[in-house]
Amino acid sequence: MYDIIGYCEAETVSEATALLAQNPNLRLIAGGTDVLIKMHGGQIEAVELLSLRKIKSLAEIRKAEDGTVVIGAMATFTKVFNDPILREVIPILTEAAISMGGPQIRNIATIGGNVCNGATSADSASSLFALNAQLKLVSQQSERLVPIREFYLGPGRVALKPGEILTEIHISPADYQGFGGQYIKFAMREAMDIATLAVSVVCKLHGKTFEEVRIGLGVAGPTPLRCLEAEVYAPGKDVSVESVAEIGKLAVNSAKARTSWRASKDYREHLVEELVQRALKTAIVNAGGEQLV
Amino acid sequence: MFKRIAFSVNGKAFNFEVDIRESLLEMLRNRLGYTGTKKGCGVGECGACSVLIDGVPFDSCIYLAVWADGKEITTIEGVASKSGELSEVQKAFVDEGAVQCGFCTPGLVLTTTALAGSGKEYTQDELKRELSGHLCRCTGYQSILKAAEKSLEGHICTCVDSPHYKQQHERNEG
Repeated sequence: MYDIIGYCEAETVSEATALLAQNPNLRLIAGGTDVLIKMHGGQIEAVELLSLRKIKSLAEIRKAEDGTVVIGAMATFTKVFNDPILREVIPILTEAAISMGGPQIRNIATIGGNVCNGATSADSASSLFALNAQLKLVSQQSERLVPIREFYLGPGRVALKPGEILTEIHISPADYQGFGGQYIKFAMREAMDIATLAVSVVCKLHGKTFEEVRIGLGVAGPTPLRCLEAEVYAPGKDVSVESVAEIGKLAVNSAKARTSWRASKDYREHLVEELVQRALKTAIVNAGGEQLV
Repeated sequence: MFKRIAFSVNGKAFNFEVDIRESLLEMLRNRLGYTGTKKGCGVGECGACSVLIDGVPFDSCIYLAVWADGKEITTIEGVASKSGELSEVQKAFVDEGAVQCGFCTPGLVLTTTALAGSGKEYTQDELKRELSGHLCRCTGYQSILKAAEKSLEGHICTCVDSPHYKQQHERNEG
């Protein structure tokens, strides 16, 4: 038995925000693969749950007229992986989705829950960071769009205000059109594992030079993060082994890796330098550039 | 706190009040006696408690009983025919000797049943991936994979549709 003292469910977003406004103690539950595990471990107790599982509209994935990709917060990882739109325009997110957990977990775990759980190891996070995702947060009174980089405040802490629900993840066309990307999850096993390091890179080329490079890292610090120093360096540089190596080196400066039982700080920094280069080399090819040898 | 839900298990309809604290696993085992659904880790890692909900595999230990409202659930007890004849998937597991202690077997048979029923084609890598949510501590998985391949005969393809597999494949080759 889970330590649940109250349970209610909403069928629409407005119903959910109304319930949440009435009772700020309600804890939102989506797929439950984080919330129930925390209850099992005794990290959270005597919980009043508000289930979002019956809000069907929140599970949709679509492309808006202006090209913005809109992912409903309740879309499961299985749905994200199999979605034809996402596979075509942002495969770094579908690859991240398939790397998470195992099939039964992916069938229920949601991308919104993954983000709101606030873990640096969230498998969707490095790609969403690299894609400049915006999060739509809705409360009874207001609605706002928050860049994902401002959403993660610390380990397990996110910028949801009391009464707010994450309803959609937006990725604007300017952030994916013309880009090539690559996602690498480095873990001890091919499935059912938490990343030692996750790297997501997108790049856009202008002839033989970089126009834009964006690098998202997971498990390289207390929250997912971007490698801004490397990203500022890249534009205008020739696409070459040397510039890619420099980007890898600069990426380490943004990492705030620490030693944990999974890996040491030094090893993680080594992984950042190496995997950023590998991911970028593939991203270059995916962006229409020539393969670097 | 209790909540009334209506659902079916292996085609049999139920309608009663469940405790909101109960997991689907607890409801199936303790209340309804479907003890073929095993409790392993309790946190969705081992897959022993897997059941099919509307034909899709889920870990029943981290699925609240109240969520079963309106769902069709299949447990291992519902896989063989009523007369006791084993399903093709079960036969394949027997033929390949894919069972040792048997604790992971209900979950693996159910997931394989879902794959066989999907009508989709799977590569061997995809098949491994689809079974990766089940831990077996006895067999070393070879006989399980053989049984799954046998169950999906004619639906194993060599196409590689996802860059993830290309990456994995290249890594294995290299």
